[in-house]
Amino acid sequence: MFANFDFDVIRRSMGYLFLDGMTFTLTLTGLAAFGGLIFGTLLALMRLSGFKLLGRVAGLYVDLMRSLPLVLVIFWFYFLVPYIGQWLTGSSRPIQVGAFTSSLVTFIMFEAAYFSEIMRAGIQSISKGQPAAAQALGLTYSQTMRYVVLPQAFRNMLPVLLTQTIVLFQDTSLVYVLSIPDFLGSASKVAQRDGRLVEMYLFAAVVYFVISCLASFGVRRLQARIAFVH
Amino acid sequence: MNYHWNWGIFWEPAPNGTGNYLDMLLSGLVLTIETAVCAWIIALVFGSIVGVLRTLPSKAASRFGFAYVEFFRNMPLLVQLFIWFFVLPEILPSGWGLWLKQIPYAPFYTAAIGIGLFMSARVAEQTRAGINSLPRGQKLAATALGLTTAQAYRYVLLPMAFRIIMPPLTSEFLSTIKNTSVAITIGLIELTGQARAMQEFSFQVFEAFTGATVLYLLINIVVVIAMRFLERSLAVPGYITGK
Repeated sequence: MFANFDFDVIRRSMGYLFLDGMTFTLTLTGLAAFGGLIFGTLLALMRLSGFKLLGRVAGLYVDLMRSLPLVLVIFWFYFLVPYIGQWLTGSSRPIQVGAFTSSLVTFIMFEAAYFSEIMRAGIQSISKGQPAAAQALGLTYSQTMRYVVLPQAFRNMLPVLLTQTIVLFQDTSLVYVLSIPDFLGSASKVAQRDGRLVEMYLFAAVVYFVISCLASFGVRRLQARIAFVH
Repeated sequence: MNYHWNWGIFWEPAPNGTGNYLDMLLSGLVLTIETAVCAWIIALVFGSIVGVLRTLPSKAASRFGFAYVEFFRNMPLLVQLFIWFFVLPEILPSGWGLWLKQIPYAPFYTAAIGIGLFMSARVAEQTRAGINSLPRGQKLAATALGLTTAQAYRYVLLPMAFRIIMPPLTSEFLSTIKNTSVAITIGLIELTGQARAMQEFSFQVFEAFTGATVLYLLINIVVVIAMRFLERSLAVPGYITGK
C-alpha cells in the first residue's frame, strides 16, 4: 500500500507549504475571525436594538448568508468586490483586488452571520438586572454595552466563538475554488506538479487534523476553566 | 457601474444544446437535491449508529464512536472529498483501484458518500445529545420491565431521542444541501457549478449567481416549511418544542 510512497516530496516542499500556504491560511483565519466578530457583534446589536427596521435588515442579512453555500458566496464576492471597490473609491472602472483581500472580505462577511448568532445568544444570556443596573448608574446605551454587557457576553461565548473559528479555519480551504495558494492550494499545486496526489493530500489531511484536534482540545480545557456568568 | 445587465439571459439558449440557461440551472438544482438526499440517508444511518455507540455502557464502543466523530469532524470537507476521490483508488489493491476509477458518475457517488460520512459525525453528536437529554429513569424503567439493551433503545430511547432532536437535524440537513456545492471541486456540476458554467459561457456573472442564490433560498424555504410541519406533528408533549 505504501510501497511507492514518496516521503521526500513532502520534505522538499515543506518550506513552501508552511511558509507560504499555512501562513496564508492562518492569517486569513485570524483576520476573518477578528473582522467577523466585530461585524457580527454589530449585526447582533442591530437585531437587539429595538429599532424594527434595523433589526429586520440585520436579520435578513444573517438569514441570507446562512442559507447560501460558502462556495457560492466565495464566487459572489470574488466578482463583486472589484465593483464595490470602484463604488467606494469612485474610480471609473472596477478596481483590481488581490486574492487575499477578496477572500478576506468574503470570509468576514460570511462569518459575521454566524458570529452574530453566537453574540446574540451571548447578549441574551446576560440577566436583565445588569443593563438595568448600568442604566441606574447613569451609563448611556453605548457605555452599558461597551463596559457591562459585551465583555460578559464575549467571555461567556468564548468557547463557542473559538469552536466557530476552528470551523472557519477548515472552511478557508474552500478558497481552493479560486486557485488561491492557501495551505491546501499549495499542497495541491505540488501534488499536481510532481504527480504525487496521494502523499500531498494525505499529508494535508494529517496537518488539518492535528491542528483542529489540538485547537478543539484547547477549547475544551478552556471551557472547563471559565465559569459562566449570568 | 459599467456592468451590462441582461436579465433575459435565462431564456437564451445555452451553448451545451440542452435548452436555455434556466434549464441549465434547474438541472444543477436537481443534481444538488439528489446528492443531498443520498448524502443525508448515509449521514442518518451512520450518524445514528455512532451516536448510539457513544451512549452504550461499553468503553470500547464509546471510544470507537468518539474516534469516528473526531476523525470526520477535524478535517475540512474539501480535503475529505479529495481523499475519497484522488487518494483512495491509488492506495487500494490495483484491481480495486482500477474498478473505482472506471465507475460512471464517480463524482456523484464520491460526493454522496464523502458528504454523507462528513455529516454523519454531526448527526452522531446530535443523536448522542438527544439520548443523553432523556431522564435516566427512562432507561432504568425499560430495564426494569425486562427489555434488553437493544429493545430499550429500539422501543424507548430512540423514538424519544429522534423526536427531540428534530429541530437540530433540520439545520444539519440544510448544511448537507449547502455542502454539496463543495463537490464542484471534484467535478460535480451541481447548482453552483451550473451557475459558474453559465457565467463562463454568457459573461453575465451577477445574473447567473443571482439565479443560483434564488434557487438555494427556495430549497431552504421549502425544507424549513416542510420540517416545521414534521416537527410540529412529532413534537413530544411537555418538552419545549412540544405543545
